[in-house]
Amino acid sequence: MARMTMIEALRSAMDNMMERDKNVVVFGEDVGYFGGVFRCTSGLQEKYGKSRCFDAPISESGIVGAAIGMAANGLRPCVEIQFADYVYPAYDQITQEAARIRYRSNGDFTAPITIRMPTGGGIFGGQTHSQSPEALFTHVAGLKTVIPCNPYDAKGLLISAIEDDDPVMFLEPKRLYNGPFDGHHDRAITPWSKHEAGEVPEDYYNIPLGKAAIRREGQAVTVLAYGTMVYVALAAAEETGIDAEVIDLRTLVPLDIDTIEKSVKKTGRCVVVHEATKTSGFGGELSSLVQEACFYHLEAPVVRVAGWDTPYPHAQEWSYFPGPERVGNALKTVMEDA
Amino acid sequence: MKKDDEKILFSKSLIRTKELCEGLFYYDNHNNREPRHEARVKKRLDVKTEPETTKETVTSGQMTKLETNAVKALGVLDQAGDHMSEQTPLPYSPLTLRVPEPQCRPGDTPDFSNMVVPAAGAVRRPAIDIKASEIHDMAYSIIRILDNDGEPVGDWAEDGLDDDALRRGLRDMMKVRAFDARMLMAQRQGKTSFYMQALGEEAIACAHAKALRKGDMNFPTYRQQGLLLANDYPVETMMNQIYSNAEDPLKGRQLPIMYSSKEDGFFTISGNLATQYIQAVGWAMASAIKGDTSIASAWIGDGSTAESDFHSALVFASTYQAPVVLNVVNNQWAISTFQGIAVGEGGTLAARALGFGIPALRVDGNDYLAVYAVSKWAAERARRNLGPTMIEYVTYRAGGHSTSDEPSAYRPKEESTAWPLGDPLERMKEFLIKRGAWSQERHVQAQSEIESEIVLAQKSAEKNGTLHAGNKVSASEMFEGVYKEMPENLRRQRQEAGV
Repeated sequence: MARMTMIEALRSAMDNMMERDKNVVVFGEDVGYFGGVFRCTSGLQEKYGKSRCFDAPISESGIVGAAIGMAANGLRPCVEIQFADYVYPAYDQITQEAARIRYRSNGDFTAPITIRMPTGGGIFGGQTHSQSPEALFTHVAGLKTVIPCNPYDAKGLLISAIEDDDPVMFLEPKRLYNGPFDGHHDRAITPWSKHEAGEVPEDYYNIPLGKAAIRREGQAVTVLAYGTMVYVALAAAEETGIDAEVIDLRTLVPLDIDTIEKSVKKTGRCVVVHEATKTSGFGGELSSLVQEACFYHLEAPVVRVAGWDTPYPHAQEWSYFPGPERVGNALKTVMEDA
Repeated sequence: MKKDDEKILFSKSLIRTKELCEGLFYYDNHNNREPRHEARVKKRLDVKTEPETTKETVTSGQMTKLETNAVKALGVLDQAGDHMSEQTPLPYSPLTLRVPEPQCRPGDTPDFSNMVVPAAGAVRRPAIDIKASEIHDMAYSIIRILDNDGEPVGDWAEDGLDDDALRRGLRDMMKVRAFDARMLMAQRQGKTSFYMQALGEEAIACAHAKALRKGDMNFPTYRQQGLLLANDYPVETMMNQIYSNAEDPLKGRQLPIMYSSKEDGFFTISGNLATQYIQAVGWAMASAIKGDTSIASAWIGDGSTAESDFHSALVFASTYQAPVVLNVVNNQWAISTFQGIAVGEGGTLAARALGFGIPALRVDGNDYLAVYAVSKWAAERARRNLGPTMIEYVTYRAGGHSTSDEPSAYRPKEESTAWPLGDPLERMKEFLIKRGAWSQERHVQAQSEIESEIVLAQKSAEKNGTLHAGNKVSASEMFEGVYKEMPENLRRQRQEAGV
């Protein structure tokens, strides 16, 4: 089987879908001739022509607004927002339009669109290339929110997102594009070519939305993570020697609550990790759900590890990023609390 | 400039600087902020302790201690105090903010004397493949067909509608007006929460509907009910939606009058403004991508052209030459805000398209014939893949914005009767009578027939319930249609709600 980076896997997903369904179109800033600033759409214009893969003006509300109109006319647009940090001009179109068209028209019109965007930090991108805005989407009824953490999942989930008949926010952790990253920024990078999750079939396959994956089985504590934080949590478990069960949520909405409940009821402890700022982050939702469903099984309070409540800093990136040491400390805390 | 004038100017600017300086001081005190540069704040305190310096006679070219401190406090000047003192004062008055005001407010006599209304027939009809650059003047004029005597004149009057179609046009407008009147009353009677009428603007949607083909898609605002009614969409179904009753096709989830009918080329109305404008362009792009033959028609009001989605739409329409008609209904009022707040004191809304290279026409929105002719021309351009066209319909919102609005609070009551482009129904009726295709008797009879049809439909709709009485949509419908398939969290919430 071919080894792919996450970028190649995402491209392969779009390639498969454009081949299978002539209604799939791909556009966004720099995605046409050049193939995107991260190269995710490289070669698609050449292969499928300019009317199915093209450059868009620098207008995020325009990109999403046009995609909604296209979807109403039978297409299945998969658009790229160059960085999640730039999605805000499109927020009105996403939350007031795409999310609600099915509901308000009683299914007369729908918005089967996929909005891809690189998310998260770890690349010295400063406050305008590092944000994790997933909670701004999970809060909105009518949207689905997906965050893969490896090439195999990225392809399978993107195919499901494109095939989905509802709007899907597809956040790609950019620090994972070329290899897994556990937060040890001073160590050499492992490329996906040396990781088993870099094995990606070239042909079509899908991974259903709404299903979590257990990345490490354990008995002592459940760690709920997604995106880059999956690898940070795995590193923290190894380094502390605590037998953590690491759950990669993969899809935040719809959420695989059954897998979460089952695990927390087994371990009796829970740590929630995300890179996004802590206050009103998705971790707040997760810890609430855990205490609602598993309160009498809990041996210790649920602990959240998240980005500090500051804008994403530049020079202080590694003091901001919730690395394995902070996650390890949280694991120790919940274990000490008897 | 005279020496004395210079002194006055300089004194004025000094006083303003002092106010600003004290403003900063106030700000710091009231926000308990740690001052950035203690030294600067100290200087500000100096200002407070030496108020008498403001009374100094200031001569040009000199900077008092107060002035120097003030500038330093503002951070404009750190090291180069001496240099600044050499600067001569500007020979201009201080800046003032200009906020456009309408010609008239309540109590004033309505006055449209500033509005230039060209004679009917005066504006030429250009070739279908004309370049925008060759018709820039048309974005500043008004295309009119019916003259003041009700006669159709000029290039645009050619290849018009036959008598049947013209009579039908009048009936459509009468139907919209009668429908609006009944529904407005129903809202006042508490049968629904909200209503919006199209009073005075009926010609626009009714005539435009006739310029499109089955399969085309409108992206309407909330004042284009005429698109549905002119295409024989069932009146009762519209009322079911307005009443949010058991037969509401939208299951009570959407505000009254925000209809949706894909089958009838009517995109689901949002209620948020301008969002549909760029969506229409996307729909049109899809038509081109698919190699289809259908076109889109985008709708927006004068006020909402200020939204960024209007700009996005023009960018995309221009870049991809999308087969779309970009309609702007300029009815002069956005709730209480006159159109000058959106367009400013110069130019027109149509002229906004010129910078994008999009041909733009302005048309008399109260002239059914002109609206039809111009819509047909723009639709034809789109269908021939010649790209987008903007049409600004000049009209007047004779009623309130909605049932929650009271226009007499912000404009003269008589303004609608003073509107120079008249009433679209009256003009059409007069034209048809002159043409010999209509009569006062037929008009009275038609009015009676239409009202009976509306009343009958209303009775029938009310059997299905109204907002607060009779049959209702099931509460469980609230949980349906959020997604194609109901996710677990909604399933659990529906159970919790017990519906």
